[in-house]
Amino acid sequence: MSPLNLKQPRDPASVYLPETPSQTAGPYVHIGLALDVAGLPEREHEIDNVLAEPEAEGQRIELAGVVLDGAEQPVADILVEAWQADANGNYVTEFAFNNVFNSFGRAAPAADDAGHWRFRTVKPGRLPYAGGIDMAPHVNLMLFARGINIHLHTRVYFDDEAEANADCPFLNRVPPHRRNTLIARRAGDNPAGDPRYDIVIRLQGPEETVFFDF
Amino acid sequence: MALNDHTAFVMRDRNWHPDPAAAGYKTTVLRAPQQALMSIQTPSVSERSGPDFGAMALGGNDNDLLLNYRQDAAADGLPIGERIQVFGRVIDQFGAAVSNTLVEIWQANAGGRYRHDMDSYLAPLDPNFGGVGRSVTDAEGWYRFRTVRPGPYPWPNDPNSWRPAHIHVSVMGPSIATRLITQLYFEGDPLIPRCPIVNTIRDPAAVETLTARLDMPRSRSFDCLVYRFDIVTRGALQTWFENA
Ligand SMILES: [Fe+3]
Repeated sequence: MSPLNLKQPRDPASVYLPETPSQTAGPYVHIGLALDVAGLPEREHEIDNVLAEPEAEGQRIELAGVVLDGAEQPVADILVEAWQADANGNYVTEFAFNNVFNSFGRAAPAADDAGHWRFRTVKPGRLPYAGGIDMAPHVNLMLFARGINIHLHTRVYFDDEAEANADCPFLNRVPPHRRNTLIARRAGDNPAGDPRYDIVIRLQGPEETVFFDF
Repeated sequence: MALNDHTAFVMRDRNWHPDPAAAGYKTTVLRAPQQALMSIQTPSVSERSGPDFGAMALGGNDNDLLLNYRQDAAADGLPIGERIQVFGRVIDQFGAAVSNTLVEIWQANAGGRYRHDMDSYLAPLDPNFGGVGRSVTDAEGWYRFRTVRPGPYPWPNDPNSWRPAHIHVSVMGPSIATRLITQLYFEGDPLIPRCPIVNTIRDPAAVETLTARLDMPRSRSFDCLVYRFDIVTRGALQTWFENA
């Protein structure tokens, strides 16, 4: 934005600015945030879809997904960001390329993969919540694409955590008929032998995924 | 910026942000959710936390788009176009510096062409220009990039839609609640008010905040013009918020 007109001397209590408005990430978001998918050479280090190295503690999993538009077509230009706890239910806030586990990662579909993206990670642990009952294991996702003017926040839970899901105070705030839109299904193993979970995110329609404002 | 579990943020003003469903930008029609967003009145640690990139190892030219894709070290191996610097501060809504946060940019070259497999516009690629940069803000929230001014480009929306010259800007902030991707426009561009994507924002004052200003005093003689673009992320209610 334009240089801020902060009066000098500045009274911190009087400063209140509007947030910079969002704009769509556009069709070429991958050149900036997922270089390999755009066909660019990668820099020495990139934030990618591998959150957990083999040495990371916990159950290795693959979280695979696709985002569908209102015509049930895959959104091939999607960029997905993940934020999740480690196997012990702690967020690793200090991102570093040599961490064996980072809580943050990015995934985007390869050009020939019909909009499918995947994260290689570990099953997150349960997380504390106000009131003392833990939240069930979940991965927070942010979605960016052409035609999405402000990114979307959602969560992914796991279908083999039925008991934790039933107790999850956060999930229980979601209307019961829409909870299923947040639950990934166990779908065999990936080629590396890790359990794979599939999630379909629908931007519109009768089974539209729940998106959050917080 | 280290935050504790008690941090919450000023509510996002979704009337200031663009309309998710804006018929003038046709791709939104099938991609904007139709159900109301579900409001989380008591955000958990999942919403309040986020990655801190202060320790991230960056390459020396990651924020210098004039140099980070050049094909050889020869003096003539520079991108074609108008040399510019883009700089500014990342602060929150209360004016506090957002330090150690990741700022990433991507853009078309001077002819309006992206180095992306899917961009088939007839303007040529520039062998010395990738169009990608990243930077981490310093202790006072400052960031800086060196690049060329991108060209406008046509896109399939109306029969004759052109994007104003713009740079895509991504900023993380201290939490996933502050995550933001936007676009920087250039002061004086006649395409700004004609752009269906710009016009998804209703308030002209909000569009003004996306317009980088020529900073003539800082411009460098016989080198480059300088544009200033400050970024405001959601205000942290760190000191006032009581845990629910
Ligand atoms: Fe663009």
